[in-house]
Amino acid sequence: MNLHEYQSKRVFARYGVPIPNGDVATTPVEAREVAKVLGGPVVVKAQVLVGGRGKAGGIKVAQTPDEAEEKADAILGMDIKGLVVGKVLVDQAADIRDEIYLGLVIDRAKRRVVLMGSSEGGVDIEEVAASTPEKIIKIAIDPFIGFRPYQALEMALELCIPAELTRSFTKIASGLYDAFMASDASLAEINPLVVTGNGKLLAVDGKMVIDDNAIFRQPALSDLRDLVDEDPYEAEARRYGLSYVKLDGQIGCMVNGAGLSMATMDMIKLFGGSPANFLDVGGGATADRVAAALRIILSDSNVNAVLFNIFGGITRCDEVARGILAALEELETPVPMVVRLVGTNEEEGRAILADAQMETAATLAEAARKVVAVAKTAQEGSVQ
Amino acid sequence: MSILVNKDTRLLVQGITGREGLFHTEQMVAYGTNVVGGVTPGKGGQWAAGVPVFDTVVKAVSATEANTSIIYVPARFAPDAILEAVDAGIKLIICITEGLPTLDMITVRAYIDGRDVRLIGPNCPGVITPNEAKVGIMPGHIHIPGNVGIVSRSGTLTYEVVAALTERGIGQSTAVGIGGDPIIGSTFIDVLKLFEKDNDTEQVVMIGEIGGTDEEKAAEYIRDHMTKPVTGFIAGKTAPPGKRMGHAGAIISGGTGTAAEKMAALEAAGVRVANQPAEIAEIVAALAGE
Repeated sequence: MNLHEYQSKRVFARYGVPIPNGDVATTPVEAREVAKVLGGPVVVKAQVLVGGRGKAGGIKVAQTPDEAEEKADAILGMDIKGLVVGKVLVDQAADIRDEIYLGLVIDRAKRRVVLMGSSEGGVDIEEVAASTPEKIIKIAIDPFIGFRPYQALEMALELCIPAELTRSFTKIASGLYDAFMASDASLAEINPLVVTGNGKLLAVDGKMVIDDNAIFRQPALSDLRDLVDEDPYEAEARRYGLSYVKLDGQIGCMVNGAGLSMATMDMIKLFGGSPANFLDVGGGATADRVAAALRIILSDSNVNAVLFNIFGGITRCDEVARGILAALEELETPVPMVVRLVGTNEEEGRAILADAQMETAATLAEAARKVVAVAKTAQEGSVQ
Repeated sequence: MSILVNKDTRLLVQGITGREGLFHTEQMVAYGTNVVGGVTPGKGGQWAAGVPVFDTVVKAVSATEANTSIIYVPARFAPDAILEAVDAGIKLIICITEGLPTLDMITVRAYIDGRDVRLIGPNCPGVITPNEAKVGIMPGHIHIPGNVGIVSRSGTLTYEVVAALTERGIGQSTAVGIGGDPIIGSTFIDVLKLFEKDNDTEQVVMIGEIGGTDEEKAAEYIRDHMTKPVTGFIAGKTAPPGKRMGHAGAIISGGTGTAAEKMAALEAAGVRVANQPAEIAEIVAALAGE
């Protein structure tokens, strides 16, 4: 789960990380009020969960409350990479002397939480990592002793932090670590951490990602989940315990197991089609979960054919077949479907679907070839 | 021989009285696995699936001499269940449970490293040595004994491959699901090492997916240390970056972890990489000289 900039910075602030004064506004008038209370120049920043807001015109400086209202009016409602801006953060503008990157990530290869720092702050850290990896300093943190002041000092020296700011830097790095651990984060970054004109450190931008597996013990954070920014069907899928990712193609897929789901998408592509989604119905899929999954797949208007690929282990093919039938009964305009059911209770499953006028296939390759063919026919039919 | 589990496995089921735990214990017993007991706190003294239930792993081990445990307890209790098994002296722990918090797994893994214990999973289908021991949730009947070792991050995709091999009459020495999480107990390399040493394994199938760099590291190991042929497959060629594809670990982030990189690394290491799952059995059959 991704947190917005303003949410991330508020979490950081609770752990002693200094952030600019500011507040969130959902209307231009509110933005004006915030700017008035803050006084002086402000920055109006689009709150959308996507990178590159600045380049897209979603971050603007305003000298006066009137101008803040004007900028907010331009930014609110703006479409940034497919996301509509519903909120802006109005922050006191910082006097920037220097920009640093400071972040905590989970390093899968090292199996440690790692503190990353770079004197090349303010830019896309992935670009820095790709072009000049030597400019990124990494310090791995032992889970049994946690983050230690000497490690903060080591980082401060590597980043050439002015001596008079070392103590403040240590406090910020430790605070970021505490925020990361207490929030079950998988990413927490300050980019940039600014050295201001009057020699202070300030977290001007922030980002946090929370581990979905730990949300159960983070009730305060899960309440922040921004449904507006989330694909409504992905949210619906989550309610049913389904794993769904919307893609751009035309062939809907329902598969059990994540690896097999990906392999099924790859097969559709290999045979010249384009998958509309990833959907794992999970182990032991019950009839109503299957029905919900089919509803979600068909709610995507791009879908013109559906492939079911079920390898029954714990999942029973008859149960899946009943779910498909139940869903078909309530749907008005069913698209052509290809079903491959193998494994536990496959005979019963096929018998249940015998009258449903669905194409069947014995192998994954055959299923992929057939669904690509019916999708093409469906597309030609809709064009004519 | 075989790896990890066999006729000498004395299996303890942690979470034996839960819905999943009980169902799969019955299935494992029916397969012929030597299940010696189970653990559910507060239910010590009861019986489940024909075996005694204990309150703690320590009590179960002293009563049954269990050497392996399988974990079905819910995600929020699973890290504790793993640590409890480690401290009770279990040598092989297989965690089926999905959804363990990543930070907990970092601690668990750090605790295990340097100790004489092996963890498989979490978020995995388990391990099976056909006709000897099924320690997991895979459908047993699709496996037959033989000389192909299988190691995979996926569940059902592995069943698909196993079924295709069995259909051709090609048996398996052991099939190991290492799990789909970002932090797991045993990686591809850990299992490849075991297959390389195992007399019953003549060749290996390795099924990877997007996310992380474990396949790339495995490729280096294969190039430098494996004498047995390896056939590979990577799922997720069409997966978009930044999206988690079902498994917590199946995500392309920061431009790393793509299927293309992994396939290239494996090919460069001499691994025959199949373009689609059905090709795996074909390549394996050709290597077996059929």
